[in-house]
Amino acid sequence: MSLHLNPSDANAYTRRRFLHGTLAFASASAFVPAFLQDVTGLLPQARAGTSSVAGADEGRVLVVIQLSGGNDGLNMLAPVGLDEYRRARPGISLTERDSIALDGRFPGLSLHPSMDAVKELYDQGLCSIVQGVGYPNPNRSHFKSMDIWQTADLSGTGTGWLGRYFDSECCGFGGGESGSAPSIAIGGDAPSALEGRSSRPIVFEDPDLFRWSGAASLESAAQDLVEHAATEAIGDSPADFLARTALDARVNSETIRRAVSLEPLVRYPGSSLGQQLQMIASMIRAGLPTRVYYAVHGGFDTHAGQGGARGRHSQLLRQLSDAIGAFYNDLGKQRNDGRVLTMTFSEFGRRLGQNGSGGTDHGTAAPLMLFGPMVKPGLTGRHPSLRQLQDGDLIHTVDFRNVYNDVLTGWLQADGQAVLGARYRQLGLIRT
Amino acid sequence: MVVQPQYAPLDTIAGDRFGMPEARHLLLRAGFGGTPAQVRAMAEMGPEAAVDLLLDTEGTPFRDDTDGGFSGEVIVPLTPAQRSAYRRAQQTGDEDTLARFRGERQRQQRADREQIRGMQRWWLERIIETPKPLEEKMTLFWHGHFATSYRTIENSYHMLMQNRLFRRHALGNVGDLLFSIIRDPAMLAYLDNNDSRRDAPNENLARELMELFSLGAGNYSERDIKEGARALTGYTFEGNEFVLDRRNHDSGTKAILGQRGAIDGDGFVRAILAQRACAGFIARKLYGFFATDLPQGGAEASRETEHVISGLTDDLIGARYEIKPMLRRLLLSRHFYTYDVMNARIRSPIELIAQTIRSLGAPARSLSVLADASASMGQNLFFPPNVAGWPGGRTWISSSTLFVRQNLCVYLLTGRLPSDEGPSDSIDVEIVLDGLAPSRRDVPEAVAEHLLRHATGFAIDEDVAILSEILKDASSIREGVTKALVLVTSMPKYQLC
Repeated sequence: MSLHLNPSDANAYTRRRFLHGTLAFASASAFVPAFLQDVTGLLPQARAGTSSVAGADEGRVLVVIQLSGGNDGLNMLAPVGLDEYRRARPGISLTERDSIALDGRFPGLSLHPSMDAVKELYDQGLCSIVQGVGYPNPNRSHFKSMDIWQTADLSGTGTGWLGRYFDSECCGFGGGESGSAPSIAIGGDAPSALEGRSSRPIVFEDPDLFRWSGAASLESAAQDLVEHAATEAIGDSPADFLARTALDARVNSETIRRAVSLEPLVRYPGSSLGQQLQMIASMIRAGLPTRVYYAVHGGFDTHAGQGGARGRHSQLLRQLSDAIGAFYNDLGKQRNDGRVLTMTFSEFGRRLGQNGSGGTDHGTAAPLMLFGPMVKPGLTGRHPSLRQLQDGDLIHTVDFRNVYNDVLTGWLQADGQAVLGARYRQLGLIRT
Repeated sequence: MVVQPQYAPLDTIAGDRFGMPEARHLLLRAGFGGTPAQVRAMAEMGPEAAVDLLLDTEGTPFRDDTDGGFSGEVIVPLTPAQRSAYRRAQQTGDEDTLARFRGERQRQQRADREQIRGMQRWWLERIIETPKPLEEKMTLFWHGHFATSYRTIENSYHMLMQNRLFRRHALGNVGDLLFSIIRDPAMLAYLDNNDSRRDAPNENLARELMELFSLGAGNYSERDIKEGARALTGYTFEGNEFVLDRRNHDSGTKAILGQRGAIDGDGFVRAILAQRACAGFIARKLYGFFATDLPQGGAEASRETEHVISGLTDDLIGARYEIKPMLRRLLLSRHFYTYDVMNARIRSPIELIAQTIRSLGAPARSLSVLADASASMGQNLFFPPNVAGWPGGRTWISSSTLFVRQNLCVYLLTGRLPSDEGPSDSIDVEIVLDGLAPSRRDVPEAVAEHLLRHATGFAIDEDVAILSEILKDASSIREGVTKALVLVTSMPKYQLC
């Protein structure tokens, strides 16, 4: 017998495209290195603007921006005043001259020059930077460390931390709002942070294609088949999982397509992250009951040719900063900024010393940024020492689970201990 | 400890238990599916002959893989003279010369992006047409295993060389692949080893060689990575050729995985192959690719599964890392045909495309459309997401990719793209109706059941009833069967094979 099958016999090739442009998910950045003093509680100048922070009865939203690949925190918020920094990075370090001084009270600490939009938010009191965020016994594998951040479990296994938040909302031990609407992630894959025991995110890349394309005359039969499969899908088999996902997709398809068809109130940058945040802003504006949105900005694995004030890493930070700037501008015009907390994170920072390829290898602790009028603006935590290193890497000063705990309890009004499985000290990142 | 299950899962399946469902399963997993006629022929051959036919890639003729007509001279590195001219221009600020260099570089890159797209179509066509599907399937396996992305290396010919390497050793020897991969220009560029010198070793390749390609996390130390990186210094390439740059190679004494000496790259690979963990890691990954998805993070699977993986590990070691004996045992095992294994694996995007074409007799229509659709479903050939490859399993599925999957099937069956409102085409239904007696073709329930069984493995009464209504209302068998298949492929369980 032959297993040969020649498809060209069957039909002529046509040359139409299946999909109009998929979003090219590129990259961008975010860890802020900070300074060598404990600055917890020091606030920069008063907030500008009139936005009001959501009360408990308003729909609070969390937007997570994942910076994939390991963002170089030491060049995002650079300790330009330290000799150790400049010496360790002769080819790629920033200088006082070609960077943006963060704040008069922290001399020697600068934002990367491409982050002027973030600096503006910082000056308006809409940005909080936590220094030296990491975890004990850091893992330098992208995958393992990303798993650890996504699960908030040092073994990197189990459900996602936000998935557990949704699980807890539906199971009644949180003190927050109803978690019945699933989270929404933009992209091709569901981030594991959003995967709970029973909660799963809605994920899409291009809203126009977020629907079934079978003939209209078959629509009701298709709906029956999916509903029938879903009513029996109570277990955890792959078939059950598929049936539930298919039903979710059908239910949410129309709502989301209508929401993102709104014309945005401001112009967004054309980067992938800019487009993702534009869609998220539109969904917030349309009043979707969604609590958590997730965007991804990739490309931070700068082992070679990273650049300093200009170059590859600079472009990633520019895309990040400009997209966040436009996002809060839009939210402000919508008068929704007080409802939206945004958090960036990356699986790790990078090594203090540059490598032989003009880049940096996988490191450990790095700064993390939060945005929104509800944050306690300024710097939090102590910058890791550049002298006392472990295997050439920074030693973290803040555990990322403390940050998660603040987000869960301070913003989402959930039971952080129940979601995280342990008690974490409040950092006070969210104003009460 | 692994406890012996009640029956011997690695025993060969009895001939009388190998019917149409089993043959269908084998063709889907060890190939890209088949028409009802092909499934029946496989069933009639019996398990051993069927598996041997799939494994016999040497004995089955197919066009060779050099016929894509691709060029190794699209991306041309600068000659030493050009390099110094470029440097001079930089120093003197000669903008005209610099612009000429940049322009030429951009022209090459544009041409190269065209070429990689051509390679995607070329490989997809091989997968759809090959008479030895297991060879292409294993090539795909190695592409996901030694994941290298064009996005980073921007050299299509290096990607093609790597693809040929995987095809050449598709069902060969794991050791050969490891020895070859540390000499593969695409991999050397992808993991920055071309920049790894004696005085500044880059750890990227050494780390991933152990973590992702051979041993798995936890089976080596940070020290092994540092020493392994030294062993790989100077492993680089010039143009399209591997080069061992002796000036930049660290020939000093190293200690890697319990071995000591002036270990080089080959010595590093030999030290890896000497670990049982290497055979265990590869056996586990192949099991996950062919049988059932395994728990993430290397956690233990069921007792029976662990027993099977342990047996396959022994096979791999016993055969000195030859893959065929171990794969033969898995594909013939009783375990491979149990309820938990059959119809329980989520199809990868490439499988979904090729299986829908090869099983249902749908036309391939347009390779460039299929390549785009595959990317939208999360499997862009030559562009794996990162060095860990495609995680597979449930990660293939989101509400968004599920729509793309269903819409891809609509396209294959009717020619209608998601953005189209135009009229629908239908398929040649004789292929998929084969095996259904002519007298039964007028019975909607019989047709519905036949289609459900062939496309999804089983038929439930409620689903048969829904499809029967559509078949009854159709003006021709061709229209009815095409419509019914559009619905069958929209069912959640069609995503399983």
